[in-house]
Amino acid sequence: MNHLIPPSILPYVLPVLYGVVIVAVLPLLAGYIVLLERKVMADMQARLGPMRVGPHGLLQPIADALKLLIKEDIIPVKADLFLFWCAPVLSVTMALLAYAAIPFGPAFQIADLNVGLLFILAISSLGIYGIVLGGWASNSHYSLLGALRSAAQLVSYETAAGLALVSALMLAGSLSMKDIVQAQYDQGVWFIFVVPVGFFIYLVGSIAETNRAPFDLPEAESELVAGYMTEYSGFRWALYFLGEYANMVVVASIATTLFLGGWLRPFARYQDHLFGTSVELLDILPTILFLGVAVYSFWLAPKQPVKIQKIVMALVGGLCLVLAVGMAGALFAPDAVRMGVHGAFWFLAKVFTYIYAFLWIRFTFPRYRFDQLMRLGWHFLIPLALVNVVVVGTTIVLQQNWDWRHPMLTAIVTTAIMLGVAAFLGREDKQHQAAVEAPEP
Amino acid sequence: MSDTRTDDRSKFGEGVNATVLGADEIILNMGPQHPSTHGVLRVKLKLDGERVVGSECIIGYLHRGVEKIAEHRSYQQFAPYVDRMDYVAAVSNGLGYCEAIEKLLGAEAPPRARVVRTILTELQRIASHLLWLGTHALDIGALTPVFYCFREREEILKIFEKYCGARLTTHAFRIGGLQYETYDGFEQDVKRFCEDFDKKVDEYETLLTENRIWVGRTKGVGILSAEDAIALAVTGPVLRASGIKWDIRKAAPYAAYDQYEFDIPTRQTGDTYDRYVVRMEEMRQSRRICLQAIENIPAGPIMARIGKVLKPPPGEVYHAIEAPKGELGYYVVSDGTTQPYRVRVRPPSFINLQAFDKMARGSLVADVVAIIGTIDIVLGEVDR
Repeated sequence: MNHLIPPSILPYVLPVLYGVVIVAVLPLLAGYIVLLERKVMADMQARLGPMRVGPHGLLQPIADALKLLIKEDIIPVKADLFLFWCAPVLSVTMALLAYAAIPFGPAFQIADLNVGLLFILAISSLGIYGIVLGGWASNSHYSLLGALRSAAQLVSYETAAGLALVSALMLAGSLSMKDIVQAQYDQGVWFIFVVPVGFFIYLVGSIAETNRAPFDLPEAESELVAGYMTEYSGFRWALYFLGEYANMVVVASIATTLFLGGWLRPFARYQDHLFGTSVELLDILPTILFLGVAVYSFWLAPKQPVKIQKIVMALVGGLCLVLAVGMAGALFAPDAVRMGVHGAFWFLAKVFTYIYAFLWIRFTFPRYRFDQLMRLGWHFLIPLALVNVVVVGTTIVLQQNWDWRHPMLTAIVTTAIMLGVAAFLGREDKQHQAAVEAPEP
Repeated sequence: MSDTRTDDRSKFGEGVNATVLGADEIILNMGPQHPSTHGVLRVKLKLDGERVVGSECIIGYLHRGVEKIAEHRSYQQFAPYVDRMDYVAAVSNGLGYCEAIEKLLGAEAPPRARVVRTILTELQRIASHLLWLGTHALDIGALTPVFYCFREREEILKIFEKYCGARLTTHAFRIGGLQYETYDGFEQDVKRFCEDFDKKVDEYETLLTENRIWVGRTKGVGILSAEDAIALAVTGPVLRASGIKWDIRKAAPYAAYDQYEFDIPTRQTGDTYDRYVVRMEEMRQSRRICLQAIENIPAGPIMARIGKVLKPPPGEVYHAIEAPKGELGYYVVSDGTTQPYRVRVRPPSFINLQAFDKMARGSLVADVVAIIGTIDIVLGEVDR
């Protein structure tokens, strides 16, 4: 292939290809995260969820997207036309742009920037303009309130989340997403086990950043109807939705890369050379998983009520079978391919675990009120994150100077100190709350 | 034009004057189409940022002239109409109406009918509170309890359906007693439901009662003091959460309530959290009443001998019952004909809604939906 492409543009071919893949696949992925969300929600709420379009609702996202495409596009008369048009595009563009620096595996990354994390944070912060401008341009009170809430919320929670990331950054000693994962491989431990408090703060901060419940105040359905997207309909609305779910994947990817070992499989440094071959026991897991799903789908296929559903279910089983074969085949491929395929699998598995935590939290907790949200951010998370940075920094210095090489011990010590700080902050907060609630004289 | 902005927040019913706004104030119309106004309530809010500085409830979007219809129907014909007022507690509405007309006639339902009425009405109270809990939690952002609540409510509706064929607007009772005998297995159904139900309430409480966010969203929100509650003629759980131990089932027993033991839960602060606790406890107490009643349903006729055509003697009567939402009163005037001269309904939702402005002032927009939910209104009853 090399002789077909001039050498001057050769370095750009693969990144462009990856970019096209991401832009093409992401909307579909977002749609299926919505389906996942509805199914998880249904499971937690003792019901079935979408079951009609395709077997077990598997084609529902496609039907939804089609519906939104052909829906009437309503623009309020007094809306600021240009901004109204611009805002959702901005929101979704920024969400997609952030994918440029995310490594979905050692091979699959558009650009390995040396300031990768900084780039992602900067770009995803810009996405908030989409929300604020959309709320402003709609010329509606609900939208305006949603936009104002969103502006305040994102600014304060980005601070906390950013500070939480600093603790992992100090351990890795690099801003490049690839190097961060490599550092976790070299140190033999995922950073979540070294700085669990940092991970917790980032989890909370990232939920707030993506406007998910219990921090979904900008679009609080029962209060502001739909917040900043109240006046949007049809595909513009879908763009906001796409932006939101794309952002979820972005924050999940950041958490995966910084705290959960990125594309590394569990026990990445453990090697057993099964039966004297180059195959590892744990590397077989993905194959078994896909095989299991394939068998289950084939078993379900004849039970579907309609012929077309039987076919679709069988196709799903076939797809899983192909993936299983691919996973198994990759085991015997050259190292680069094997790492690429399996790395992508583990990366996505972790991302979806993180997203599952998002959904779980969403369906369990009521919504915060605006003042409580701000207090939680400024009085609790940000001080906690600051102390976390100091404590983790101290332990790193200790490690380097006194040869204290027990990351787990570090974790226990930092966590103990953090729990103390959290208890202190919590008490402060309670006193403040009591002072607020005390009846006025 | 006088400036309506005032710091004297003790005045009741001071509405929103759209023409006089402070520099930072906006008017926000919530409803009649809004996800959490529980129907077609329209609330006009005057906001300073997110803080409510004034509010006005605009009602009437569901007005059907129920009271006027009564004047052109015979006493029996009007009975199904009352089910459509508080449509999530139709059985309670029916009980109030039937007992009011019985009082007017000087008749009384036989003991068996009265016990069955008590059981069904208490089940209806549980169903109504379940609906309140689910939607209230939904308003505050807890998405899951509503489905659990509907699961249990469904069991109750199934009992209604088996008893009288209808689930929502049941028309379960007749003036003078009951039309239908209880079906075979009625006792077992009610018993099975009641025995499971306590655990189910525990389940809801696990999700909410000690949840930090839930407590934060409800404690200290929409406080209504005992004096204000009395001044506004608020009744039901809203009144009891403010510390007044007033329940018509105890104060002026009707149906068969004098035979059973149950407690009236009260709380002191009168905030949204207290109203939540009171209603949760009321569900447990209703279950207790049902379990007692089902043990001993007296035998005998289910209908009093009152004749086919009802012609009450001229006169007037007021009869009130403790509906799930508060005091539900019927004031009926008879002119000696087959049709009532006037039926006036005192709906609890309508009266309780008047406390809204008192509760909402000084709170945030997010609290407004919590407060609408905590009053537990049904617009069919407010607008009639």
